Amino acid sequence: MPMVNIAGKDYEVDEEGYLIDLSQWNEDIAKYMAVEEKVDLTEGHWEVVNFLREYYAEYQIAPAVRVLTKAIGKKLGPDKGNNKYLYELFPYGPAKQACKIAGLPKPTGCI
Amino acid sequence: MAAAEFDIPEIKDYIEVPKLREGAMAHAKTFIAPQAVQDFMGYPHELADNWKESALEKMGDLLGKYRSLKVFLDACVHCGACTDKCHYYLGTSDPKNMPVARQDLMRQVYRRYFTTAGKLFPKLVGAKDLTKDVLDDWYNYYHQCSECRRCSVFCPYGIDTAEITMAGREILNHIGMGQKYSNEILGKVQKIGNNLGLPGPALLDTLEGLEEDIEADTGVAVKMPIDVKGAEVLLVTPSADFFSEPHVESLIGYAKVFHAAGISWTLSTHASEAGNFGLFNGNYETMRKVAMRIRDAALELGVKRIVVGECGHAWRVAYSFWNTLTGIGYGADDPFSIELQKQLDPNYPQPQHICELTNDLIKSGQIKVDPSLNDDLIVTYHDSCNVARASRMGTEPGGQFTIPRELIKSVVNNFHNMADDTIYESTFCCGGGGGLLTDDLMEVRVKGALPRATALNNVVKEHQVNFMATICAICKAQFTKVLPKYGFDMSMVGGVHQLVSKAIKLD
Ligand code: SF4
Ligand code: SF4
Repeated sequence: MPMVNIAGKDYEVDEEGYLIDLSQWNEDIAKYMAVEEKVDLTEGHWEVVNFLREYYAEYQIAPAVRVLTKAIGKKLGPDKGNNKYLYELFPYGPAKQACKIAGLPKPTGCI
Repeated sequence: MAAAEFDIPEIKDYIEVPKLREGAMAHAKTFIAPQAVQDFMGYPHELADNWKESALEKMGDLLGKYRSLKVFLDACVHCGACTDKCHYYLGTSDPKNMPVARQDLMRQVYRRYFTTAGKLFPKLVGAKDLTKDVLDDWYNYYHQCSECRRCSVFCPYGIDTAEITMAGREILNHIGMGQKYSNEILGKVQKIGNNLGLPGPALLDTLEGLEEDIEADTGVAVKMPIDVKGAEVLLVTPSADFFSEPHVESLIGYAKVFHAAGISWTLSTHASEAGNFGLFNGNYETMRKVAMRIRDAALELGVKRIVVGECGHAWRVAYSFWNTLTGIGYGADDPFSIELQKQLDPNYPQPQHICELTNDLIKSGQIKVDPSLNDDLIVTYHDSCNVARASRMGTEPGGQFTIPRELIKSVVNNFHNMADDTIYESTFCCGGGGGLLTDDLMEVRVKGALPRATALNNVVKEHQVNFMATICAICKAQFTKVLPKYGFDMSMVGGVHQLVSKAIKLD
């Protein structure tokens, strides 16, 4: 498996750059992944990333898209609680791209 | 995603047969399954020294078990009728994506080791040794086939390339070259209950949220019951319906239908997946294990009916295999199957497709709909390959084509079919079926969607179509991802029950 070295620390990632060991996650690796994904992290991005991590800690899975949009709507205002806003933040798809930056495994299935 | 860049094919007025480009997709290789994934499936994770012997042994085993495989390998006369029928060939120009060439990858090895002529005069009969290069071709090109069976419709001998692809993947798994995407998912469904790996508590939380949404939206308390013993209907649906857009809109549609008709129903945490990737791998035993979860849930919950949500290959497995795999329908004769058959209501098809259920309810007036609520939409319908070519629906021949269309037409006022040679049994695959719906095959997926995108583009131009309905979770996920590359908006794809959801009267 490939390794990424940031500020003297090694992180193991899979073929697509997703973090293998969730407990290694920190802001450094999140910022690194964001650069890889060509995403400029703003406050809105961090809200999503933090919510993903909280949800994952409780349920061992990323939230469904509806769950995520609702939570973001509550935090950032109803005009942001929709799929369109999430795609603006994460153009390749909130489920996959935001999970990567949040250090979660990639959700796969018929999605 | 830092995926490799590639050219997006240009949509022309008609689906054109491209000039051959040898090796155009030779680089497209889906990720190999790592050790942990293969261990769980009981397969090796790397080639052993004797891989060739193991592969040939497995091939001999499959040739003995499935007579059709041997017939398909023997029968081809290289007439060429299938060559331009595969969406992957049409989209990629790679000659190895012609169905007959895909078959020949296995046929050359079959001839070399399993026919007398091939053993004696290999060159004369196009027989070839099983080398590592041949094996790599198998891996690459058996993962550029969505097992859609379109080619078989045009073959005078009915040769089904999908079956050869399945056998190829089974052999590859057996010697340690499994595909990460499919096998990881087969692990999740067996460990957690669904392809996505949504554990029970997450599922409950998600469903509760959806109930709130529906009530906020309609003012009616439509429920999403789960694990309810004694419910009449067990609904099994792809787990994407819980998780993704636009899939979830159809789930909401099913819930509204049950609510409006007053049918008690339940989902199951144990069987929270209709899909069955065992089919894609061509492994009957895996397919059985996955299907068994549905039988167990049906017995446990004591339901009288089993209904399947919008999932193409799930419906194929349900319609064509559940009877022998699990005794749902009729067939298996072990004590549990017999018990289940006594439990299920003989007045309904078992299993039943959700489209048939809803269509019957609308026709008999048990639920009311107002199609004008969809007047913002001009709709077309994409036949999903496994529904179209590998199953039926209802009691009449061709029901798998007419029932979804009848249903759509009862909930929308504007409907137009795409070109005849791209629908019904000639439908083109979305490009993401058969275990190809993974980012590492994005180039194959985008290019393979060209024929469908072309047909769609024509009804958009001619009839201003702005919505393409489909009844498969894979089609929905694939189209929302790849159609934007051709300039379409992702929101123009959705489920048939998404349309029902908008038109249905709840009081
Ligand atoms: S089954 Fe479908 S994907 Fe496979 S070769 Fe035939 S047409 Fe192509
Ligand atoms: S149409 Fe059938 S017989 Fe003709 S080349 Fe294709 S597989 Fe062979």
